[in-house]
Amino acid sequence: MTNILETRGVTKQFGGLTAVNDVNFNVRQGSITSLIGPNGAGKTTFFNMITGLYVPTAGSIVFSGRSLVGLKPHDVTAAGIGRTFQNIRLFANMTAVENVMVGMHTRMRAGVLGILANVVGVRREEADSRQKAHELLDYVGLDASRADDVSKNLPYGDQRRLEIARALATDPQLLLLDEPTAGMNPQETAELTQLIRRIRDERGITILLIEHDMKLVMDISEAITVLDRGTKIAEGLPSDIRSNEQVIEAYLGRGAAAMAQKQTQQGGA
Amino acid sequence: MATMRPSAIRTVPWRLLGQIAVVIFCLLFLTIPFVEMVKAMIADPQLLARQLLIGVTNGAYIALIALGYTLVYGIVELINFAHGDLYMLGAFFSLSLIGAFSLTTETPWSIRAPILIVVLIATMGFTAGLNMLVDRWAYRRLRGVGSRMASLISAIGISFVFQNLGLLWGYLRFPFMNGVMGSNAVAPKSFPALLPSVNLFAGTGVRFGAKDLIVVGVSVVLLIGLYLFVSKTRLGKAMRATAQDRDAAALMGIDVNRTISLAFVLGGALAGASGMLVGLYNGTAVFDMGFTAGLRSFTAAVLGGIGNIVGAMLGGLLIGIISALSDQYISTKWTNAVVFGILVIILVFRPTGLLGDDTVQKA
Repeated sequence: MTNILETRGVTKQFGGLTAVNDVNFNVRQGSITSLIGPNGAGKTTFFNMITGLYVPTAGSIVFSGRSLVGLKPHDVTAAGIGRTFQNIRLFANMTAVENVMVGMHTRMRAGVLGILANVVGVRREEADSRQKAHELLDYVGLDASRADDVSKNLPYGDQRRLEIARALATDPQLLLLDEPTAGMNPQETAELTQLIRRIRDERGITILLIEHDMKLVMDISEAITVLDRGTKIAEGLPSDIRSNEQVIEAYLGRGAAAMAQKQTQQGGA
Repeated sequence: MATMRPSAIRTVPWRLLGQIAVVIFCLLFLTIPFVEMVKAMIADPQLLARQLLIGVTNGAYIALIALGYTLVYGIVELINFAHGDLYMLGAFFSLSLIGAFSLTTETPWSIRAPILIVVLIATMGFTAGLNMLVDRWAYRRLRGVGSRMASLISAIGISFVFQNLGLLWGYLRFPFMNGVMGSNAVAPKSFPALLPSVNLFAGTGVRFGAKDLIVVGVSVVLLIGLYLFVSKTRLGKAMRATAQDRDAAALMGIDVNRTISLAFVLGGALAGASGMLVGLYNGTAVFDMGFTAGLRSFTAAVLGGIGNIVGAMLGGLLIGIISALSDQYISTKWTNAVVFGILVIILVFRPTGLLGDDTVQKA
């Protein structure tokens, strides 16, 4: 299996603080991979380095054989990485459809002169993108009647879906989802889990997920990497991670691992 | 608020009384002239109609300049102090071209009209390019580093540079300009009266010349064009997206710097068009004309809700009409006071301007 994303020794320092420290990390092509860790572990910083918002202090990030270090965010998007945000960052005053159409920006060509001349091709491209945006909204399960609503008026769950539709509109090969189910109820979470699976299965898009909902993570991931205080402390299959002492310690504190083990033994007896 | 906290010892609500006194004083002070004004308006409806039309014409060019402020502010939160002076340079540039094409009042219309259109487009290109270069050389380097104040101060600096450029321009005596700059560099430059001044409402007592119609018409076409560009096209959406959340826009594949450049280009083009229109309309241009026009236009942008495109148009129209009415019915000396007084009152009740969005989210 080839890796779609490989990082080697990625480090990010903010002044004296090391937010991400020497992380080697692989995402297999076509997989659903999760990045987990306690709050402040550096997960979002890591995402920001991949997508070009931060430049790593050291290390390399290679996507489909191409180095991403030093690329501007819009170039990273053009290279084929889409993302959503932990705290929803839709264009609040634009409609749902418009948000998705903005996502298609890189894949469209109309320049200033073409638009000013109002060339037929430009109009068609605009109409096509609108059509495609509606299809994407439908795909993520946003009600068609909501399509022309201003995005800040959408219910929370729909805003999350819309973010995914917008990221899909950039036509990514790799989709980074930053806590997609944050603040969702179990029903919505289950639906979103389905959606993430469908995106991978039907569209062949590799998924990299930051998530705190352990049930979702264990359920959906084919590989998990755990960060704690900026350092990678474990990686492997969900079953490996579940029983990894260092991981349990990172989440629950020192001594918790032993207790958890004891409980399992007692439960087994 | 005049609510008393339990710890306060005072029992007389002085503050409230003071506020009431101020309001009563203002009302008394304003009522008398206001009543007089309304009386005068009713007494001579033709005069009122004439002033309203003047207001619309002025409002149109103010709106054009105001859009430049609002576009740039909306996307980079910079009050572009040099914008009014860009408008002045637009007037100078168009005047030079008019000289170069040796357009005079004698030129037949079949030649004059197409050349004027060419001059308009060239002027818009000139100011658009200049605005873009200033952004690239001055403001872009300061963006995101240090305080926002740095760009603001450089904008003030650019304003002075432009004014001096205007002064210098007044000295230019290139033969191809056919002496349009006159003999005195500092003095107002005069435009030939190229627009027809026939009164379209002749015989009704109302004055609305063909040149008024041309100014309003060209402005309206540009305003509608800009509105459609921003609301309908791919690049317009990119501009709105960048204005709302720059990082998120970048991650959707939008080249943020180019999008910001585009805002400067569009704003610059409109300022140039406005400069040429006003030059032809008033028949004059002077190197410091950008200051007052810029101030009025910026006020219009704030009045309409800065960052809001329709707001800038509405604000421009309102300021134009208010100034025209105040010029006639109060006094030209009071016009600035009236305009800014109304601005203050509106901002007290709607701090974000008439159409401003109070839930604007910033990254």
